[in-house]
Formats: sequence, structure tokens, C-alpha cells
Amino acid sequence: MRKIMVGVKRVVDYNVRVRVKPDNSGVVLDGVKMSVNPFDEIALEEALRIRERGEAGEIVAVCIGPDDAQQQLRTALAMGADRAILVKHDGLLEPITVARALKAVADRESPEIIILGKQAIDDDNSQATQMLAALLDRPQVTCASKVEIKGQTLVVTREVDAGLETLEVDLPAVISADLRLNEPRYVKLPDIMKAKKKPLDVIEFASLGLADPGQLKITHYEPPKARAKGIMVKDVAELLAALKTKGLVS
Amino acid sequence: MTQILIVAEHDGTKLNPSTARCVTAARQVPDAKVTVAVLAAAPEAIAAEAASLAGVDAVLTVAHPANAQPLAAVLAPQIVALAADYSHVFGPSTSFGKDVMPRVAALLGVSQISDLMAVDGSHQFKRPIYAGNAIVTVVATAGQKVVATVRTASFDAAGPGGSAPVTAASPNVALPTHTRFVSKAEAKSDRPDLQTAAKVVSGGRALASAENFKLVFGLAEKMGAAVGASRAAVDAGYAPNELQVGQTGKIIAPQLYLAIGISGAIQHLTGIKDAKTIVAINKDAEAPIFEVADIGLVGDLFQVVPELEKLLG
Ligand SMILES: Cc1cc2nc3c(=O)[nH]c(=O)nc-3n(C[C@H](O)[C@H](O)[C@H](O)COP(=O)(O)OP(=O)(O)OC[C@H]3O[C@@H](n4cnc5c(N)ncnc54)[C@H](O)[C@@H]3O)c2cc1C
Ligand SMILES: Nc1ncnc2c1ncn2[C@@H]1O[C@H](COP(=O)(O)O)[C@@H](O)[C@H]1O
Repeated sequence: MRKIMVGVKRVVDYNVRVRVKPDNSGVVLDGVKMSVNPFDEIALEEALRIRERGEAGEIVAVCIGPDDAQQQLRTALAMGADRAILVKHDGLLEPITVARALKAVADRESPEIIILGKQAIDDDNSQATQMLAALLDRPQVTCASKVEIKGQTLVVTREVDAGLETLEVDLPAVISADLRLNEPRYVKLPDIMKAKKKPLDVIEFASLGLADPGQLKITHYEPPKARAKGIMVKDVAELLAALKTKGLVS
Repeated sequence: MTQILIVAEHDGTKLNPSTARCVTAARQVPDAKVTVAVLAAAPEAIAAEAASLAGVDAVLTVAHPANAQPLAAVLAPQIVALAADYSHVFGPSTSFGKDVMPRVAALLGVSQISDLMAVDGSHQFKRPIYAGNAIVTVVATAGQKVVATVRTASFDAAGPGGSAPVTAASPNVALPTHTRFVSKAEAKSDRPDLQTAAKVVSGGRALASAENFKLVFGLAEKMGAAVGASRAAVDAGYAPNELQVGQTGKIIAPQLYLAIGISGAIQHLTGIKDAKTIVAINKDAEAPIFEVADIGLVGDLFQVVPELEKLLG
């Protein structure tokens, strides 16, 4: 039966307003709530639905990250993944490194479908899917909003700037989940208990035998420029007057 | 000298304005020679457009029937072959560029610099992370190829006035057949394009139905504005997906952004931070959108919007 691999990144929760450290060396992460990247929840949900339709067997959740990322993998197991793999890596990860590590895991696991998120909401890179597909020399479909399995192909609709586009790709393939692919299920307490017994393998990044190229260095963090304070108007007439002053309506 | 290759975005007949913005970004790299590559089924007319942009030094065309649709897996190996002679490869940070450029970067064995928003030097750039809550300076290793997507809202479009030579290229690479185009559903409209419009009127969850969302379309029409939407409005089906503005939608920089019934979540704000003037209409005086608004009006949109439309005449 077809295996699905899903990427799960541990990221700062989307509700947190991230702040830059006063010495510009990074962002404040101490005591900040961490979560599964929201797009990865959507990716996993899609995998679960494919399995529930009887179109896939095992679902493996994979994270490249620190030891603490076991928490996010446990969440993925509670949602319904069968197994989890943590590739232990501390510190900043470059996109190409993530892709190489995911490829190393995919080479061992041979999934037919790999579903990642459209982007990780911390670094906002949007690269892993495309890179992993390139390294595997397989098809990619990014920003999926609908996925259908037809024999040995996937028919995927994706959200693009102009609207929607549908592609057909041969399996194995790598796809990324966009917001409207599905709505992820909530984890229930009994599932959390069950997830504790599911297998979670931890492997050292170094054991994959990959170079960690360090090609890009981040040398400085700064907050975005603040906008000048605005004015409040009391009614529509005042609003129009203010817009006219700025030459924005005639 | 720095040799920059820009991957042109187009719809098969016309150049997308995102390409001219990439040219402006590339021109900011010291001592850069800027080449635009047009991969298409019939690239001639698009190439002529690219050649006429000020600041473009050369245009390369790759004509191939397989390039009729922008399939990342098909385009990437061709771009990689062209990239051999270049130190930098830029593409726009649009759905096209975001799809193809990381595939190019991976084949070149480098990470991509996503959403490049400022050029500090040939190997030093700025980009936003955490939905724009932090801006980082990224330094790429000298001697390694730089692959980047350009945040189009951060750069003006290069104007006309160029007359670059156009050369045909035919990279000798095998093209995959594992990825096939099926169909495209594009909303055809006479409205201004969201990504390039000078004015944008945007609606949120408060519109409460697709029917009500017509209020936003009506006001936009009156103002000659494009229409945008929050994620909540798109998720609920009030507006189509291509209108979503924000961290995971479109990043825009209009002269005027008018937010109607939008709370101002960080994911939304990151898409409008570069707007010249932000106007917010919201019935909740505490809504975070007012923290970034240049002009704020506390009121019920179902009264305010019709009144505004009437007064606009
Ligand atoms: C991974 C991820 C990515 C996301 N990406 C995006 C993105 O790209 N873009 C985006 O927009 N969001 C995005 N979001 C969602 C974002 O967090 C917010 O949920 C969303 O922006 C809220 O939309 P809204 O402001 O329309 O709705 P709400 O937050 O529900 O706000 C509605 C507002 O309307 C006001 N209102 C209600 N009735 C009236 C009335 N009659 N008259 C006037 N005002 C009224 C209310 O006071 C309220 O402020 C993302 C979220 C996640 C987790
Ligand atoms: N460290 C990681 N571990 C597991 N999956 C990852 C990691 N980084 C990125 N991904 C996957 O790749 C997607 C896109 O991430 P990015 O390219 O970083 O924006 C994410 O939504 C994840 O599915």
C-alpha cells in the first residue's frame, strides 16, 4: 500500500507577534509558544483523508529540528500519523539543507506521495517542496487546493496569482498544501494518549552524511519600519475630505 | 562584473509587470549586466517587450513547445543550463517565481534568497521573515551563485527606453514528461490588477456573504480600484482565492489601500505594509487595523460604504 510522507516543522505559533532582540542578533524565542507549522497540519490532514479513502497505507511524519520538536511530532501522531522521524539538528537550517535531509529520509522510506506545507511561517521561505522535488527528480505541485489520485497519477489543482491551475503528475510526486486544501481536525485527548505509544525515531543529522553548507549567513535582524501615526475621522464626509487632501479621490 | 539572469514571467503573449520590477532590483546590484530570459512556445513578442525595458542589457529567448505553460519541472533544467554564465539568477516572488526558482536553486545546489526586498551589495540583501515582523540581512558566500526571488512590492517597475539585443538560445537538456498541464481557471475581469493597481479596496469577514461582498466590488469600481480580500473572506467563499492579500496571499504596495471590515491580523498586515496610505473602516475601535491605518473611521460598513459610494458621485 502506498506510503505518504509529510513534513512537520516546529515553528513559533502563528498568534505570536514576533519581536527582534534589542541587540539585533535574532528574534525573541524564549518562552514563546511553539506549534506545528499551520500548513503542515493541512498537509497531514490531506494525507489522513487519502488514507481514510483507502488510497494510502502508512503515513510518516518527518521533522528536521531540535529535540524539542518531538512535541510537534507527537501532535502529528495524535492527529493520526502512524510513525514519526526526527532528524536532530540544532540551530539555523538553510532551505537546501532541509531539502537534502528530507531527500535522505525519502530515499530510505520511498514514499509515493510527499506532502509538505506551502511555506513555513517562521522563515517564509517557500522552498522545501520545490527543492525536494528537484533533488528527487520528481514532479512538484505547489499550493495545492485539491488533490485527487487517479491510478499512478495525481490530479492537483493549485492556487496561482491568476486563479486556479490544474496539473497532472506521475507518482511519486511532491506537493505542497495551501490554505484551502482542507480544514485540519482537532486532536482529541484519547488520541494524545495513543500517540505516546506510536513509534518516534530520532536520528542525528550528522548520520545522514550530508554537508551543512552554510552558504547564506544572517548577519543582522531589525524590526520593520514603523508607520507614522494616523488620524481618526468621525464620518464619511471627513473621510472623503482627507482622501481629497491626499489627492486619492477627485 | 556581475552577470544577472532574470527569468521573465509572462502569460504566453505578454510580459508580466513583475519582470520589470526584477529589473529594477537587479540594477541596484553594483556593476551588474542584466539579461532577461524568456522561455515560451513563441517568445518573440515577449522578448521585444523585455528588450525595451530601461536597464536591460540583453534578452535571451528559448522557444520550445514544452514552454507553452509555465511548468516548474520543465523550465528549471533549461534555466539551470542558461545560468552557467551568470553569477545571479533572479525571478519574481509571484506564484510563478515561487514555484520555479527554488527548483532552479536546488539544481544549482544553493539555497534561494526568498522575497529579496533590498540590495545592499552584490552578495548582501534584505528580506522579511515572520510575516514581516523582522527584516534580516542575508549574506551569500562569494563565488556561489545567488538565486533570489524579488519581492515585487519593494521595487518600482523599470520603465521603457531600452533597446537590448535579443538572442535565441537552445539549451541542450532533457525535459521531463512527468508533469502535464491540464487546465487553468482564470477570472477574466476588466478590473485593475490587484498586484499593480494604484488603489485597492479590500473586504473581510464582516461582509458576511458573497452577495454583500458586491458592496466591495461596487465601491472599487467607483474608485477605479482593484479588489482584495482577507483570508477569512476567501475561506468563506465571499471572494475568489486570487484576491487574498497577506503573508500567504499577495503582497501589494498601492497608493491607497482601503480595508473594509478587516481586523488587521499580522498575516494580513504583512501584505499591505508598503501601501502609501491605508484607510480602515471597522466598527470596532480597538481593531488592530487602526494601529497601521493612516486614516481610520469607526463605523458600520453597511452604512459607511453605501454612503461613501453615494458621495463619490
Ligand atoms: C498560516 C496562516 C496564514 C494566513 N494568511 C493570511 C493571509 O495571507 N491573509 C489574510 O488576510 N489572513 C491570513 N491569515 C488569517 C489571519 O490570521 C486572520 O484570521 C484573517 O486575516 C482575518 O480576516 P478578517 O480580518 O476578514 O476577519 P476578522 O478577524 O474576523 O475581522 C472582521 C472584522 O470586521 C469587523 N466588523 C464586523 N462587522 C462589521 C461591520 N458591520 N462594519 C464594520 N466592521 C465590521 C470586526 O470588528 C472585525 O475587526 C492566515 C492565518 C494563518 C494561520
Ligand atoms: N525543518 C523542517 N522539518 C520538516 N519539514 C520542513 C522543515 N522545513 C520545512 N519543512 C517543510 O517544507 C514546507 C515549506 O517550508 P519552507 O520551504 O521552509 O517555507 C513546510 O511547510 C514543511 O512541510
